[in-house]
Amino acid sequence: MDAAVEKIHVLAVDDNIIDRKIVERLLKNSSCEVTTAENAERALEYLGLIDKNQGSGNYNRASKVNMIITDYCMPGMTGYELLKKIKESSHMKDVPVVIMSSENVPTRINECLEEGAEMFMIKPLKYSDVKKLRCHLLQQYSG
Amino acid sequence: MDIVGQLQKQYVDFSTSLYREGFLDDQFIQLQKLQDDTNPDFVVEVVSLFFEDSEKLLNNLATALQQQVVDFKQIDAHVHQFKGSSSSIGANRVKNMCVAFRNFCEENNLDGCMRCLQQVKHEYYLVKNKLETLLRLERQILEHGGTVPMIA
Repeated sequence: MDAAVEKIHVLAVDDNIIDRKIVERLLKNSSCEVTTAENAERALEYLGLIDKNQGSGNYNRASKVNMIITDYCMPGMTGYELLKKIKESSHMKDVPVVIMSSENVPTRINECLEEGAEMFMIKPLKYSDVKKLRCHLLQQYSG
Repeated sequence: MDIVGQLQKQYVDFSTSLYREGFLDDQFIQLQKLQDDTNPDFVVEVVSLFFEDSEKLLNNLATALQQQVVDFKQIDAHVHQFKGSSSSIGANRVKNMCVAFRNFCEENNLDGCMRCLQQVKHEYYLVKNKLETLLRLERQILEHGGTVPMIA
């Protein structure tokens, strides 16, 4: 079977508009399809994990998301809490979640990795970070 | 030297000085690398967003520091945002000023915070001016049919 995932669809979550734009461009330049969300609640709505309008339609959209990349520090629900919600859900728990943070805090990193985050990346992100991510993901899909 | 050559030299000299003086860091170069023919205005768009966002943040900070009862957590949240965006765009001196600012927030030091606000504003307006000049030089080079030199 041809397991080539040509366009990886990423949901990028960040409350900072500049960071959202940069992550979006980084991912698009790396042949990803990108949806952005400005906070965790919006992300959960998109994924159909919040019942705003009986999101049965959202399950379809959500199943197309191959990866979620989220900022850690966000007002309201944090990236860590978003990670937990995703890992608790039956249909999204196997989707890789990457956490980004501008702060290199070992306890924070460990906490996220223990909760099932795929990777933890320090902001600001560069091309080399996205390359690493893609390789990592493609390994998973072809394995 | 023809006009394009002159402009290009100006651009390289000016650019180099910005990095040397710490106004910009490598992150700005990373941003320029994200721009290509399919997204020729990417840097201008990000820089414009940065200007808009920063001015909002500076206003919010000024207001927050003028309250009867100062909410240092709220102020720290604003500075954290500012630190994030300035770091993402490569505005190195603004970012460093934000780090100092956060320290004063943590200490609930109102005087320190007010001083930092002035300093961060100062650094912001400096880098804003520099970026506007840099982007204007780029535009002029392109208008005269030249290509913008890459700063490694």
